[in-house]
Amino acid sequence: MYKIISKRELNPTVTMMDIEAPLVARKAQPGQFIILRVDENGERIPLTVAGCDKEKGTVKIIFQIVGASTELLNHKNEGDSIQDFVGPLGKATHTEGLKKVAIVGGGVGCAIALPVAQKLHELGCEVHSIIGFRNKDLLILEDEFKAASDKLIIMTDDGSYGEKGVVTEPLKRLIEGGEQYDEVIAIGPLIMMKFVTLTTKPFGIKTIVSMNPIMIDGTGMCGGCRLTVGGKTKFACVDGPEFDGFEVDFDEAMSRGMMYRTFEQEQREHVCNLFKKEVQ
Amino acid sequence: MPNMSLKKNPMPVQDPIERGRNFKEVALGYDEATALDEAARCLNCKNMPCVSGCPVNVHIPAFIAKVRELDFEGAYQVINKSSSLPAVCGRVCPQETQCESKCVRGIKGEAVGIGRLERFVADWHNSHCTEAPQIPEQNGHKVAIVGSGPSGLTCAGDLAKLGYKVTVFEALHLAGGVLVYGIPEFRLPKSIVQKEVDTLKALGVDVETNVVIGKTLTVDELFEMGYEAVFIGSGAGLPRFIGIPGESLKGVYSANEFLTRSNLMKAYQSDSTTPIMHAKKVAVVGGGNVAMDAARTALRMGAEKVYIVYRRSLEELPARKEEVEHAMEEGIEFKLLNNPKKIIGFENPDDRRDPRNGFVTGMECIRMELGEPDASGRRSPVEVPGSEFVLDVDCVIIAIGTSPNPLIKSTTEGLDVNRKGGIVVEEATGLTSREGVYAGGDAVTGAATVILAMGAGKTAAKAIDEYLSDK
Repeated sequence: MYKIISKRELNPTVTMMDIEAPLVARKAQPGQFIILRVDENGERIPLTVAGCDKEKGTVKIIFQIVGASTELLNHKNEGDSIQDFVGPLGKATHTEGLKKVAIVGGGVGCAIALPVAQKLHELGCEVHSIIGFRNKDLLILEDEFKAASDKLIIMTDDGSYGEKGVVTEPLKRLIEGGEQYDEVIAIGPLIMMKFVTLTTKPFGIKTIVSMNPIMIDGTGMCGGCRLTVGGKTKFACVDGPEFDGFEVDFDEAMSRGMMYRTFEQEQREHVCNLFKKEVQ
Repeated sequence: MPNMSLKKNPMPVQDPIERGRNFKEVALGYDEATALDEAARCLNCKNMPCVSGCPVNVHIPAFIAKVRELDFEGAYQVINKSSSLPAVCGRVCPQETQCESKCVRGIKGEAVGIGRLERFVADWHNSHCTEAPQIPEQNGHKVAIVGSGPSGLTCAGDLAKLGYKVTVFEALHLAGGVLVYGIPEFRLPKSIVQKEVDTLKALGVDVETNVVIGKTLTVDELFEMGYEAVFIGSGAGLPRFIGIPGESLKGVYSANEFLTRSNLMKAYQSDSTTPIMHAKKVAVVGGGNVAMDAARTALRMGAEKVYIVYRRSLEELPARKEEVEHAMEEGIEFKLLNNPKKIIGFENPDDRRDPRNGFVTGMECIRMELGEPDASGRRSPVEVPGSEFVLDVDCVIIAIGTSPNPLIKSTTEGLDVNRKGGIVVEEATGLTSREGVYAGGDAVTGAATVILAMGAGKTAAKAIDEYLSDK
């Protein structure tokens, strides 16, 4: 069992937890992920590492409540334990030799983008962060990004905070304004990452994206997380999760991501109803 | 007087139509009277050809003699000396190509039902003996085992019996490897695997789940932690795909994923929260045991029609004969000498947001005929021009094998792998190119059988014992 050391709600749908898992904390690097199970009959949920404290032996996770399992996880509190926690899995973000990078985060993807920004910042790389949310209420990690970035642009779809619009607008503006990035790292919804690559491609700026397909074991056994990258079948769990954005077949990934949509919605409603009954 | 019947006692099984709708074990096992009758068919040959056919050299005539004496526990102890997983082997070993293929009774008639007797003995022990085994005297040496599948469990069991302090590291949340994620409940109940794992724990073996060697810890770190030898039994790796259009459509699974969802993640239970497609018409591509498992699982998940699509003929089908027969009895249709060309998905040209878009609607196949024998001596299949047709299916499961897992080799310096990615070992010992590091099972051979993996675990345990005794 793995103990929840701290829990904080970042916004009504996004929660942050520090989980006691010393072996994982010792090794985890930005860009890697873990898999957890809430209870004995739980799903294996892959979550990208949002940070870790090697001394305390804790790993930070940030998750959005999207289905039955994340709903169950969100009902756990400080001091409670979860059944399983394994990692770190996947390859770490490549940070060597980068001098100037634009980090583009969307929604809960910002949670994963932050440790990458922090690491690059620590290494002395110039970091420009562009983070986007639907509205002000969903904004997370503003202070943390401010501390890790040389430039921070916040976007909201409805203009309720920062600039109104999507993340690709300021990205294009910065590039056209003469900013020379070694790399653009985009982490967020598939559709956002797709449009970031469409924005950077004409300029030929290397663009790395972090893929989060449906996955079971996460160790290179089941093949559920396969993607088409550069015309070849790749597995996000062992070959990724980060890939060259120009090579990824986003449309296929989006289609595959929808496979269990109806089932997941039904399951979540079922779990929500159970909790409602408990409250009554 | 030996029982001179030419036929072995048939295995009682669940009714084929009934069992196609449940996940209960198909084969029901011999009762005592049948076991005694079958045991009486053994001639107790002096030269014991059957033993040479067993990868772990179970002393077969000796255990059958004990059965005849009604000493079932004694029979178990004979098997247990050579095999750590008798209840598993009695169920999933391909005895017909191993011990039973060497049986003298098989020359004229059918071989003695060795596997069925082994299962009887193991089940008798499991339901009658609750006594925990004694922890052997410890010799002070520590050994790490990577992976808790058949090779790892066997290696762990043998070393623990010799007094080693053994820790098994398992990447998943449950011990058992392919025995729990791959082989379905109706062929190998999970409770039996659990029992075998519990027996090892009672022998003093530690099982650490949620540790991925190559990620959470490396092989080098295991040595730093005080382990003096390491056995790698990390199993087969990533599933292979055919490389035809449409393999990324929704409704296309690798057999590993489909079986993992069903077995390990318990989608076979009706109250499970694991998503899995309950398809109506399923095509399974491939002809091995895994293909049979996937097809029969799909049937039990509620499919009305299940096809096995295999490019050669029945004769070349690599699956065990018994599994093929069971599948056929259950109504699975064998599309032999057929090869998939592409998988077809739903496309609504007028509505890109149509939720049906991207789901499988069929698979285009082409008929094959057998040509001249190739280098391997098998007649290679060639396409019959113009014979394409579309199989009406909404799910395709690809079961054409795996390629070794890259995690350990990429993090262990000096560990040699072959062209296909399998770990290179010395056959007689299982020793790899690194001192103190041994390997066996699918991680070495690529996808093979449970018993071959157990044989490799056993070989390595013996070699590790010799290595550490000399140290």
